[in-house]
Amino acid sequence: MSHTPSLGIITPKLKASTIVSMLKKGIRSSGRGLMDYRQVEIASGYVRNADGSALVRLGNTVVVAGVKLEIGSPYPDTPNEGALVVNAEFMPTASPTFEPGPPDENAIELARIIDRSLRELKVIDMSKLAIIPGKRVWVVYIDIYVLDHDGNLVDASSIATLGALMNTSLPRVEVDETGNIKVDRSTRLSPLPINNKVVTVTVAKADNVLFVDPDLDEESVAETKLIIAVSDDRRIAGLQKSGIGGLTESEIMQAIDIALKTGSSIIETVTSKIASS
Amino acid sequence: MEKPKLIKENGLRHDGRRPNELRPIRMSVGILNKASGSALVEYGETKVLAAVHGPREIPQRHLLLPDRAVIRCRYHMLSFSTHERKSPVPTRREIELSKVIREALEPVVISETFPRTAIDVFIEIINADGGTRTAAVTAASLALADAGIPMKDLVVGVAVGKVDGVLVLDIDEEEDMFGEADMPVAIAPSLGIVTLLQLNGVLTREEFSEALRLALAGANLIYEKAREALRDRYMKVRVEE
Repeated sequence: MSHTPSLGIITPKLKASTIVSMLKKGIRSSGRGLMDYRQVEIASGYVRNADGSALVRLGNTVVVAGVKLEIGSPYPDTPNEGALVVNAEFMPTASPTFEPGPPDENAIELARIIDRSLRELKVIDMSKLAIIPGKRVWVVYIDIYVLDHDGNLVDASSIATLGALMNTSLPRVEVDETGNIKVDRSTRLSPLPINNKVVTVTVAKADNVLFVDPDLDEESVAETKLIIAVSDDRRIAGLQKSGIGGLTESEIMQAIDIALKTGSSIIETVTSKIASS
Repeated sequence: MEKPKLIKENGLRHDGRRPNELRPIRMSVGILNKASGSALVEYGETKVLAAVHGPREIPQRHLLLPDRAVIRCRYHMLSFSTHERKSPVPTRREIELSKVIREALEPVVISETFPRTAIDVFIEIINADGGTRTAAVTAASLALADAGIPMKDLVVGVAVGKVDGVLVLDIDEEEDMFGEADMPVAIAPSLGIVTLLQLNGVLTREEFSEALRLALAGANLIYEKAREALRDRYMKVRVEE
């Protein structure tokens, strides 16, 4: 059962009111403008044993995403395509308010937002992931671990996911005449086939002011957030209003415009950083 | 299963509706005996029951808040509500939907009235034919109103979809399954705010803007029906012979 959360880390009232009054003047405690995204650092291939991985720092938020490819059965409705499984965990390292244990509703929501953005845009070319069509296919497991929490976990996770997918390569497989499959992870045949790129952009609202990429303090004063998945061809590939407030129609359209602009520049940044690493 | 034709040559949908037409909608309020408030809402073949218990004290005292009531919400599908039997264990989908539905209701409930209590909202999907979460929001807000909980507004929901390239209002299961996009929206019409917004699918900015307009227009029609359902329950005066 979902319940109204308690405050977690309590932001002192004085600090909260200062953050809000500054936002209303268009300034943020970090010195950023309302539409400024934090610096993104990405370490591609951070985990050697994963089939693809990336560690992302978004300001002081740290997320590692890893891809593991396993051989499995296809979904009955797509017998000749690979399958995708996305999971996220908020590690107790990230915040004193995170408890060990199975993913809570926030982690499940995060994983499902990213899952939908990848699936709907067909980011991974699943048609190239059949090994024995109709019987055996690659299952792409994407696991996201939040290591340090300073706000905007969804965007950091989505950037890490994109980075990990772009870093993923398919191992060599041999199928013998009896249908046994042998995987040789020491030989990499080709990169994971990718059709499109997608990232989410989170726009937060506090006291009727919209701003992008909230940090943890800003999230504590924000009434609500709109998470917008943006594709490399500037389409909207998913939406989620998250948090207890509401948005007007014009605020939603403003947030969309902010996201479409910001999203394509993040995709460019990630792509160039991975290419140069 | 092959993808059926969702928009026919005459521009009508597979069930004969126009793109901007709702399914037949029925609502009844105050239909359970023991709950503080309840409502049964049907959008076509989608049938949702909502019950509210509280404000009340709960044994899980650590959940309570000193300055407001906590809202607890569970979206749950009956095992036979879907084509394939749904296992009774809570799915990740149900966990996520419980959260987004709670967050859709929070902005209208004046929870400060009842500190250190819980308001529990139980939503049972009796039959699922698309648009269950939006029908659930409508049912839940009617049940909250029926429970006499102070609210700033009702919240009503409807899903818009894109099928065969056409934006359509109040999509059913078939349109959801074979369509290109599904966008559930819930609004508090008098407050002028959107309190639930999700998009599963890919839309251009222009398509999204049009889809949102379509959803707002549809939700406003549902809002009128919801108010009527409350009036039916509470405003009819029985004339003694």
